[in-house]
Amino acid sequence: MPADKVTNVIVAGLGGQGVLRAAETVAAVAFAAGLDVKKSEVHGMSQRGGSVMCDVRFGAEVWSPMVPPGEGDFLLVLAPDQVEVNRWRLRAGGTLIAPEAAAGVVLADKRSLNMALLGVFSRHLPFAAEAWTAAIRAQFSEKAAAANAAAFAAGRAAAHA
Amino acid sequence: MVTAERLLLSGDEAVALAACHAGVALGTGYPGTPSTEILEAFSALGGRAQWAPNEKVALEVALGAAFAAARALVTMKHVGLNVAADPLFTAAYTGVAGGLVLVSADDPGMASSQNEQDNRRYAVAAAVPMLEPADSQEAYDFTRLGFELSERWRIPVLLRMTTRVCHSKTVVRPAPPAPPAAPAHFVRDVPGRVMIPAYARPAHHRLRQKLEEILAWNEAAGPTRLIPGERRLGVVTSGIAAVHVREADPGASVLKLGLTHPLPLEAVRAFAASVERCVVVEEGDPYLFEALRAAGILAEGRPARYRFGELDVARVREILTGAASPGRPVPPGKPPQLCNGCPHRNVFAALRDLGCIVAGDIGCYTLGVLPPFEAMDTCVCMGASLGVGLGLRHALPAAEARRVVSVIGDSTFMHSGLTGLLEMVYNPPATGHLLIVLDNGTTAMTGMQEHPGTGRTLDHRGTGRVRIEALVRAMGIADVRVVDPIQEPGAFQATVADCLDRGGLAVVVARRNCLLAAGKIREYERALTTDDTPGQCDASG
Repeated sequence: MPADKVTNVIVAGLGGQGVLRAAETVAAVAFAAGLDVKKSEVHGMSQRGGSVMCDVRFGAEVWSPMVPPGEGDFLLVLAPDQVEVNRWRLRAGGTLIAPEAAAGVVLADKRSLNMALLGVFSRHLPFAAEAWTAAIRAQFSEKAAAANAAAFAAGRAAAHA
Repeated sequence: MVTAERLLLSGDEAVALAACHAGVALGTGYPGTPSTEILEAFSALGGRAQWAPNEKVALEVALGAAFAAARALVTMKHVGLNVAADPLFTAAYTGVAGGLVLVSADDPGMASSQNEQDNRRYAVAAAVPMLEPADSQEAYDFTRLGFELSERWRIPVLLRMTTRVCHSKTVVRPAPPAPPAAPAHFVRDVPGRVMIPAYARPAHHRLRQKLEEILAWNEAAGPTRLIPGERRLGVVTSGIAAVHVREADPGASVLKLGLTHPLPLEAVRAFAASVERCVVVEEGDPYLFEALRAAGILAEGRPARYRFGELDVARVREILTGAASPGRPVPPGKPPQLCNGCPHRNVFAALRDLGCIVAGDIGCYTLGVLPPFEAMDTCVCMGASLGVGLGLRHALPAAEARRVVSVIGDSTFMHSGLTGLLEMVYNPPATGHLLIVLDNGTTAMTGMQEHPGTGRTLDHRGTGRVRIEALVRAMGIADVRVVDPIQEPGAFQATVADCLDRGGLAVVVARRNCLLAAGKIREYERALTTDDTPGQCDASG
């Protein structure tokens, strides 16, 4: 990843799946690394179980908060039926991380799928595991943080295997 | 107070932090996407924040505080400013003593709104200065600047944001907090504050004089940014469109306007003359474009289709190059729906099964229009269910009129249902009318905010509570019934059928806490029973 290139990440899924949390974590990790970060999401009626998507962009200098069409480097999708709906946002050669990517990960709570997929995704980025864990811990209560950090670690380990 | 050097904040959070740093004594507003988080964040930072019943009341309360030389922030979504327009237009005449900044959060593309009105028009119509931030840093800086301008010229300032600016997180470097403001105090100024015609005529002249001075300041020292670039293309832009422009054509010369009313047209004229081709890129209405053309500045606009929806980098590139992109069809996402277990579901199932003509309103329950219910026939604006339902009753033949019901949520009822209910009592249709208040104990759509009917303040502490059924009876409705649509769906349907058959005026309160809010509401109530809660009062008392 060249230093001056902006990295474009799209997180998509359905309301209630933790799309915004996952995106928030990516943004926090990039921010902690000292990069310019912009994160953009659609709120409101989409929260009632509808499609939710969130863009995170980071690099030396980021202008628009929205990933332009067909310029996504990474697309994380939390719901199987949202893969095709969002695939057009990836650039040619971009990386899709679909729910199956965490298929081998045993989750204590299936609501931590977002963190498991983040674990898989984290292998593609130059940030240390500790930076991710710190960002996760900063976002949740102590109890929830442990479960989410565990799901993240499981996803990260599975991606390495 | 947060003074970390570098923060990652949403535009809403940045406004809240700036309000804190500016020493705002009171923040008020009514929840509305995408503005809601401003007051919640302000409260979390320790600011005094409160929800008003509606935006008009919020602005009036803020204005009173500003008359007392305190700094006040008032927040609302774009359509909220329609409700608050009445005080705004005359507050521009009276002016203020303490700084008053009004946030209008517009929603181009209608992520969660019923229209995409462009409130930059309000700045012109009401004759108040307007700032348009492009990101969270500017949301912070312009909020601080807004208070300075407001106090320097003793005029309310409009901070016009948009969904992407409100909800995007970008890096903010805050400035040192302002020194504490002088204590609030009252200075009698009858000709300045009492807008009878004899005092309002000179006030209008004063207002135009202030705008002249603000214009001169804006031309000389305003928050306009010239980004020098190649001569081949100059772009005049403002707000979020500016960041799309920088990315779409990094080599272009850009004139980014920060204070977009009154417009620094001489700065724009000089810029336009310095480039070979000048294009205006703006989201929403052709506000800048029309102003430039009226001033005789030869700038290009954009094809009509870009007035609809949000801009993004790809669309801005199209505007700048004149070439439409291949136009890939965007697959539709999954639409929102009423949650499983939502009490509104049983209400709309009943209205569907009874074949009602439903005058609806604004909230989660507007989703009753979608399958499997399809039980809503109109939705216009906050409170319109009452008036529209009554109008339908007046005009339709009796057989159809008898099927008309008005449906409104609890928070919306408090916001603007009361005057509609007065109309129902005062001008009753020959066939009677039925109002159903969907009382789910919260302002659910915007993220579960409190309102006067919950008896809790913005930060969920106990306060006076307005009881819907007591209020409705006091306003002259004798037939008032309360049913839980989850516990007794059959009884709910029978109650509605009975009210429609009797043909009088009736109000049915469908009471059941929002599924998503119920747990929190129990927590708040438990906390209240252990607290001393001052000032408990009751509309029935």
